[in-house]
Amino acid sequence: MREKLVVAFVALGAILLAYNLYQIFLVLPDEAAQGYIYRIIYFHVPAAMVAMLGFFAALVCSVWYLAGGDLRFDSFAASIVEVSVVFATVNLVTGSIWARVEWGIWWTWDYRLTSQLVCVLIFAGYLIMRRAIDEPTQRARLSAALTIFGCFDAVIVWKSIEWFRNNHPGPVLSFRTGGEQRMDPAMEHQLFLNALALLIMAVALTLVRARQESTAREIDSLRRAAHV
Amino acid sequence: MSLFSQAFAVARKDLAVELRTKESLNAAGSFAIVILVIFSFAFDSFSDEMKEYGGGLLWLVFAFAGALVFNRGFARELPNECLDTLLASPLSGAALVIGKAFANFTMLLVVELVSLVVFGIFYNVDWLGQAGWLGAVFALATWGVSILGAVFGALTVNLRLRELMLPVVIYPLMIPILIAAIELTNIVLTRRSISEDMQWVKVLVASDIGFTGLAWLLADTILVS
Repeated sequence: MREKLVVAFVALGAILLAYNLYQIFLVLPDEAAQGYIYRIIYFHVPAAMVAMLGFFAALVCSVWYLAGGDLRFDSFAASIVEVSVVFATVNLVTGSIWARVEWGIWWTWDYRLTSQLVCVLIFAGYLIMRRAIDEPTQRARLSAALTIFGCFDAVIVWKSIEWFRNNHPGPVLSFRTGGEQRMDPAMEHQLFLNALALLIMAVALTLVRARQESTAREIDSLRRAAHV
Repeated sequence: MSLFSQAFAVARKDLAVELRTKESLNAAGSFAIVILVIFSFAFDSFSDEMKEYGGGLLWLVFAFAGALVFNRGFARELPNECLDTLLASPLSGAALVIGKAFANFTMLLVVELVSLVVFGIFYNVDWLGQAGWLGAVFALATWGVSILGAVFGALTVNLRLRELMLPVVIYPLMIPILIAAIELTNIVLTRRSISEDMQWVKVLVASDIGFTGLAWLLADTILVS
């Protein structure tokens, strides 16, 4: 059943992504001030949205694990964090390419950029730490606590463009501006469509990783039982 | 016993042990001084710009020295099954973590004071006139890193790569506190008014409250051995 679900998600994501690529590169016009390079926003912002959504989903799974002790939620949280770190890295890399073209530099220690980099480092530390712990419940407990503390930084990433004066552009999407349209509606619509495509892909990847995590845990418990 | 008197009892015990053995203070203090000496080769220590870099330099030293203190916090309870005894006692988990954080806080403040004196001498920075403001900034920021050190010291105490894992996990979490502390220390050292940049005070206060609240809530869960 889960395999069919994964195949369905991948197929749906691939079709939507192909449609989006056609729209982004061949249909939508260049942006008046930035020209062709503005198209990176269709990957930069959706990657950040998927990553942030992922970190908060991992937070929910971690709290659920701590409340009930069900290791499946730990597997889910670990899988979600792994996929989210990839999307957060995509967000940083695409942002850096855009900055090189628009600002002439690859990186600036702006609050938004710095907090996002810190977020990636926190959750990369989470993944490194998981490999260093053999005992499943200890690993799950430590991981859950780190996720909860790490999401403190994720909130700073989310709100930094409102709290601090940044080089990074301020909020432009209508759901962050209280409905005020700061981006062309057709462009914004396309951005949300690509966010949906990336989200579907992220869910498919998470399901595959969660399955691998569960299998690894089962093998580990069998190995432990054999040694007792 | 209330939670605070329990936490105070834990902190008093840790500080009494530390005063007798001086294992954390000696290691962290001498490490901090060595780092300050090494940094003096990287910078022109008598330039006027030193005050602009002073915050960054000091907080890097405190962060590195802090990891040594935090590593020992729970590790000193491992011999003779002391940690299991503490967990089996009527002491609440929150009191144990907050007590350990308070002991970390006190030890780190001592290391910071020693480092500040050495910094003032080696880098020709007169900070005495700003001691009150510096004390306030150091106290706010040190509490934030101390509570993180206590929580993750507890979580990593039984790991085989404890000394390696603790810095990997806590340094990224410390970054918002370190940035705020560096900015505020630079403001104080250059004799500007903190009211120019109140956002950093807010970051420190929010981090202190947020991390202490989370530690309080999660203490019993993270201390299950």
